[in-house]
Amino acid sequence: MKLYRAHVLICGGAGCISSGCHAVKEEFIRELQANGLQDEIQLIETGCVGSCDLGPIVIVYPEGVFYQHVTPEDVQEIVNEHLLKGRYVKRKMHRHPSSGEPVVSSREMDFFRHQTRIALRNVGLINPESIEEYIARDGYFALGKVLNEMTPEEVIQVIKESGLRGRGGAGFPTGLKWEFTRKAGGADERTEKYVVCNADEGDPGAFMDRSILEGDPHSIIEAMAIAAYAIGAGQGYIYVRAEYPLAVARMKQAIAKAREYGLLGQNIMGTGFSFDLEIRVGAGAFVCGEETALIASIEGKRGEPRMKPPFPATSGLWGKPTLINNVETFANIPVIILKGAQWFSRIGTEKSKGTKVFAIAGKINTTGLVEVPMGTTLRKIIFELGGGIPNGKKFKAAQTGGPSGGCLTEKHLDTPVDYESLQAAGSMMGSGGLIVMDEDTCMVDVARFFLEFTQDESCGKCVPCRIGTKHMLEILTRITEGKGEEGDLETLEELAKVIASSSLCGLGQSAPNPVLSTLRNFRDEYEAHIKEKRCPAGVCTALKRYEIIPEQCKGCGLCARVCPVQAISGVRKEPYLIDQEICSKCGLCLSKCPFGAIVVK
Amino acid sequence: MAASSCPASAHGCAEKYQKLDEILQEYKGVQGGLIPVLHQAQLLFGYLPHDVLVRIAEELDLPLSEIYGVSSFYSFFSLKPRGKYTVSVCMGTACYVKGAPALLEKIKETLQVEDGETTKDGLFTLDTTRCVGACGLAPVLTIGDDVYGRVTPDKVPEIFERYRQE
Repeated sequence: MKLYRAHVLICGGAGCISSGCHAVKEEFIRELQANGLQDEIQLIETGCVGSCDLGPIVIVYPEGVFYQHVTPEDVQEIVNEHLLKGRYVKRKMHRHPSSGEPVVSSREMDFFRHQTRIALRNVGLINPESIEEYIARDGYFALGKVLNEMTPEEVIQVIKESGLRGRGGAGFPTGLKWEFTRKAGGADERTEKYVVCNADEGDPGAFMDRSILEGDPHSIIEAMAIAAYAIGAGQGYIYVRAEYPLAVARMKQAIAKAREYGLLGQNIMGTGFSFDLEIRVGAGAFVCGEETALIASIEGKRGEPRMKPPFPATSGLWGKPTLINNVETFANIPVIILKGAQWFSRIGTEKSKGTKVFAIAGKINTTGLVEVPMGTTLRKIIFELGGGIPNGKKFKAAQTGGPSGGCLTEKHLDTPVDYESLQAAGSMMGSGGLIVMDEDTCMVDVARFFLEFTQDESCGKCVPCRIGTKHMLEILTRITEGKGEEGDLETLEELAKVIASSSLCGLGQSAPNPVLSTLRNFRDEYEAHIKEKRCPAGVCTALKRYEIIPEQCKGCGLCARVCPVQAISGVRKEPYLIDQEICSKCGLCLSKCPFGAIVVK
Repeated sequence: MAASSCPASAHGCAEKYQKLDEILQEYKGVQGGLIPVLHQAQLLFGYLPHDVLVRIAEELDLPLSEIYGVSSFYSFFSLKPRGKYTVSVCMGTACYVKGAPALLEKIKETLQVEDGETTKDGLFTLDTTRCVGACGLAPVLTIGDDVYGRVTPDKVPEIFERYRQE
């Protein structure tokens, strides 16, 4: 193997690709060659580093200098100064938010130094298209250990003792699931069984699974092979959503490589164990994240859920015992096998072991993916790792668990985050999406947004979900349009109760959560919409009121000229007036006023 | 059927049908092969014309009703012709709170179409999509395979002009 004196890592995550990292990479190739450095310095395109909004990101090792917002024009300077002369290009380096000083190593950045990366251990660090780099990071060692030194029962025991729980949302103990699937079909070793990886990451705002599939695809292959050995399966499927074409391409490439290396297929590592994998691409149906719907979809049918039991562990794909785990859950497996159950269970809280990856987005300074030990407080995630709320705005709520979850407010900021505490706070872990909202977000509108989502994605099989969510959505839409009535909130609560208790699958059962949780925490906002016909955050268009402040109006008449519905009138050089009856709330006057004399209430 | 349904006899369509037959041969007997077949057929024809569904039904020996049921269930499959570029406005939570609704309005105004419709020149089909997983760049817009992050409404006309000129 060649030795290099420095490594230039270019983030090739989806965020950086759309910020233009490929042009930066091309420029690096050119500049390194122009300076004859191509044999001294290795250029690697990695998976997602995590801090998406700082992209394109370039990290130079051995020091770990973090360059952000790198453009092709910056490359020559980085090569000349840093790589040739050893002088850092300070103007492109990440700076400490409080001192303003450049941070020398990315390991010292607030965004990274509080993280414990297990599931994301290789993401952003290796070239996902190189199986050798994965192997160099102890990849496939766990599979080797399992096949050569452990019985399937021992493997299951380790996973059980580790305390690992499903990272897809419900938090079911992973080891138990493995044990049920192993025991299903009786003692007959020949019962056909399947391992399925649920990569139908549908919760809006969550993208950790995508990041793992794109940044470390071999960890999923290895984990699925381990699971197959433990439960006695010979075939596996990875169900990836169609919205992730890069993830599909990287997985395909990784599977082909693993086959070539004898790590998939017949007689793996010469141990007599055989296992192979196939990718199935979804087709845009959120409900397919539900395991029975996902199974139906792999079978080539409409992705509709069915009653449970029987659970997939006893009757899953084509009626055979099937183990379904989420991407992030699988990503933890090889590390647990190598480092042991005790090591893993020391991390986290009493009932939630290990780490959790959160996708922080919304109104926050540093958006991206972070992996922290279970039990980390929301305050730490939002204000230390995420750098707080931009533009000096006030924190209002954090939405976790996607359309099935709820809002956490100021009073929950210091609660250690784990499965139980989030549930107690009226939300849920879900897949780990964490959307931060500031004072400019209307909580009624957010609830309506989620209801619109679940209503649209309801598969229509059961009545409570199909019709119930539609009714709730109608009421919420009415409220945001200023047509809310006395008693609406009570009707919403009653509908919510019925839908939650009588829907067929998780989608319907959890659909009312965003409404219930905002009703609990922000009831006053709902009441303002209904009783005062006012949107406190100034979001709901129908409830907006544009007004001219007479003291600041110079009477130029520009607003009256741009108003498309002639709602503004007045005499030149005197304050103008907006007729609220005619105003269509388009906001054009506000954007055109040169004196800032128009406000929205 | 309308001319756009690409019957096997039409000019330029025969070749596509030949490719479709190759795909169908590959998936014959593959358990759960219908959805991968529909994916590839849509890639080939741009959408799923009626004649294509009939051919799939015959070759995979499945009732046409089942194929229609599956292709109408998933939002990714289209039974109507689509524009050269699919324009998707991400309506994920992060994009929503960062202004996706205003962005969508501006695009509707620029392209003169509603959600789900295709422009008269056949260039763009406007869609809203669930989270594309680029939340750090919200609000996000995708045109074909290109991803645009942090798109403000005023950037919209300029973005589409680029595609019109290609």
